[in-house]
Amino acid sequence: MTTASLRLALVGAPNTGKTSLFNSLTGSRQKVANYPGVTVERKSGSFVTPEGRSVTVLDLPGTYSLRGRSPDEEITRDIVLGRFDGEAVPDLMLCVADATNLRLTLRLVLELKRVGRPMMLVLNMIDIAKRRGVTIDLDRMSQELGLPIVTSVAVRKGGVSELLKRTDEFLAKPHEAAASEWTTPTIADLKAAQREADRIIAAVVTLPTKPDTLTNRIDSVVLHPVWGLVILAVILFVMFQAVFTWAQPAMELLSDGFAALGQLIHDVMPEGWGLLQSFLQNGLISGVGSVIVFLPQIIIIFLFILLLEDFGYMARAAFLMDRIMGGAGLHGRAFIPLLSSFACAIPGIMATRVIDNRRDRLTTILIAPLMTCSARIPVYTLIISAFVPATTLWGFVNLQGLVMFGLYAAGITSALTVSAIAKFFLWRDHAPAPFMLELPDYKMPRLKSIAIGVFTRAKMFLYRAGTTILSMMVLIWFLASFPQAPAGAEGPAINYSFAAMIGHALEPLLRPIGFNWQIAVALIPGMAAREVAVAALGTVYSIEGGKEAADQIGQVLAQKWTLATALSLLVWYIFAPQCASTLAVIRRETGGAKWMVVTFLYMLALAYVASFLTFNLAQALGLH
Amino acid sequence: MTGDPDTSQDNLQDIRLGHADRGFVGKIIRLDALVTGSSLSPQELEQRLVEMGFVEGARVEILHEGTIRRDPIAVRVDNITIALRRSEAMAVIVE
Ligand SMILES: Nc1nc2c(ncn2[C@@H]2O[C@H](COP(=O)(O)OP(=O)(O)O)[C@@H](O)[C@H]2O)c(=O)[nH]1
Ligand SMILES: [Mg+2]
Repeated sequence: MTTASLRLALVGAPNTGKTSLFNSLTGSRQKVANYPGVTVERKSGSFVTPEGRSVTVLDLPGTYSLRGRSPDEEITRDIVLGRFDGEAVPDLMLCVADATNLRLTLRLVLELKRVGRPMMLVLNMIDIAKRRGVTIDLDRMSQELGLPIVTSVAVRKGGVSELLKRTDEFLAKPHEAAASEWTTPTIADLKAAQREADRIIAAVVTLPTKPDTLTNRIDSVVLHPVWGLVILAVILFVMFQAVFTWAQPAMELLSDGFAALGQLIHDVMPEGWGLLQSFLQNGLISGVGSVIVFLPQIIIIFLFILLLEDFGYMARAAFLMDRIMGGAGLHGRAFIPLLSSFACAIPGIMATRVIDNRRDRLTTILIAPLMTCSARIPVYTLIISAFVPATTLWGFVNLQGLVMFGLYAAGITSALTVSAIAKFFLWRDHAPAPFMLELPDYKMPRLKSIAIGVFTRAKMFLYRAGTTILSMMVLIWFLASFPQAPAGAEGPAINYSFAAMIGHALEPLLRPIGFNWQIAVALIPGMAAREVAVAALGTVYSIEGGKEAADQIGQVLAQKWTLATALSLLVWYIFAPQCASTLAVIRRETGGAKWMVVTFLYMLALAYVASFLTFNLAQALGLH
Repeated sequence: MTGDPDTSQDNLQDIRLGHADRGFVGKIIRLDALVTGSSLSPQELEQRLVEMGFVEGARVEILHEGTIRRDPIAVRVDNITIALRRSEAMAVIVE
């Protein structure tokens, strides 16, 4: 089709199923970007209706009103009102409502109507409403609201067919937008709108004969003052054990695969091509391979986060953690961004947008990089498997898993401490921001939406492995290979390279914390992405040793490092600001370099002091 | 019913939701955001409460309480559940 596509926008309160509808309308034809100038995520996608209209659709941030209390809500308001530069006003707004929970959305609908744009009400989750025995007189409701209404089940195959059909019918006719009568609602307006919404609901909805007692029953355990916290701790513990143990077989498979591929190249290449051979085997394949090996772990951690989110547990976790985090000067809502930071600080920092108070948001951004992100896992795994025996304690706890858990705990504890200190020094006069959150009903997680979510993240990770990390690997291989050793030179060739020069230059600074020059070399590309340090160590050592393949890095390290050095590097990785992209995101999110510099410096100082203490303590204890 | 009866009220039966215990069931009489421990301005607090469905006449029930100082609370407001802190719930006058 050559005509410009029609623009739809999904508007509605949080948790009404906008993203699920978006997924089921567009499938995998989605694009995630940022709105220009701000850092709110812009999710757009396209599809073709049954009658052949090509349509683009926007998944707007959830909101309870057009008041715009946070940057996300301002985006929704401005797009709906057609005030957003560079974003055309939608041809049709699909206002999404949870059919089992109409009160708040209907008030939003009444507010949206005042904007005067073409609009259709989508009663989503009609399957749940039916199961519970809620009946809705759709004709009457449509009459009362003066809007077309369709029902949908966003998560079922064919659950949006009526929506598609009605969209076609709607778009077939021209629609004039009326002049907007919208003004920022006052409290009296809000109350009047809520009364009107309640009146309509009373007239058209017959309430459930069996209310959702299941959610309540689950909550009486999950939100229990004691058991709730125990369950939360168990969930986190299982998550980290899983990351360490479940991923193992897949990781071994991948690492064997890359080793075999490297060997194959080695064998196939003719003898005289030593440099190219070394580049392909040691620079390219083992470099990228040693990072891709961690894909299974990243998939598992995102699987957990997305499952918990979809199930409705994340809001409960915020409830349980609000006071505890409040003690450290954090908002309950910070829990979700911080939990996402376990996967990667970048989405975590971006997720702090749900915190509408600027100071709370800044504190959360400041400590998000201390959460153990998945890029640290490669480094932790490498060192732990080289230095910690894989014994089983008490019959079920894997010692390596326990150490991993300890590293996570150290990250969390230090984050809370930093936050408490920041609260004390930076904003002592600051009263806590309010915590107000809807606790949605529990839902069975949907395989499809989880799969889409995990897939997007895996793609992001592989993309990073394929671009940033690959180019860093090529760079480090170059630094480690040139200038080449003069003919007849003594010792390993890498001792003559640029890498060695840089490493030796930094070594005096790092010697007090137990790092040798090889570690110093690996830390440099590790700034681009933490996990690169693993491959870099491989390059540094395998080139030096000549024969060791990348999958034997661990064994090499176990011979070359003392336990004190290994522990010091582990501790370094808890704190060090070893990620240029995180720093870049902080700069973007806080609108200036100041907080980026603050984050970098405080993390560097923490890392140096903590590693110094660890190294010297370990040496004093005789851990060689 | 427990909680301190608010002395500023004419009706001694009216209490603030922030004082009520778990299991409390009642009805919202009005909002009064002037004297709460919230960091929000009274007007902003009232607006947010209304947006979350706390309006006159709504049935409220305290379903769950947090671990530390029984805060925050999970409140059933008609047929949705809202989590909020007691300091903000002080603005909700119930009977
Ligand atoms: N049973 C059922 N669940 C749904 C439906 N639509 C969404 N969900 C679930 O509701 C939850 C929230 O959906 P989501 O799309 O994230 O809502 P959003 O916050 O509006 O984007 C998820 O757990 C979905 O799986 C539906 O039509 N039926
Ligand atoms: Mg969504």
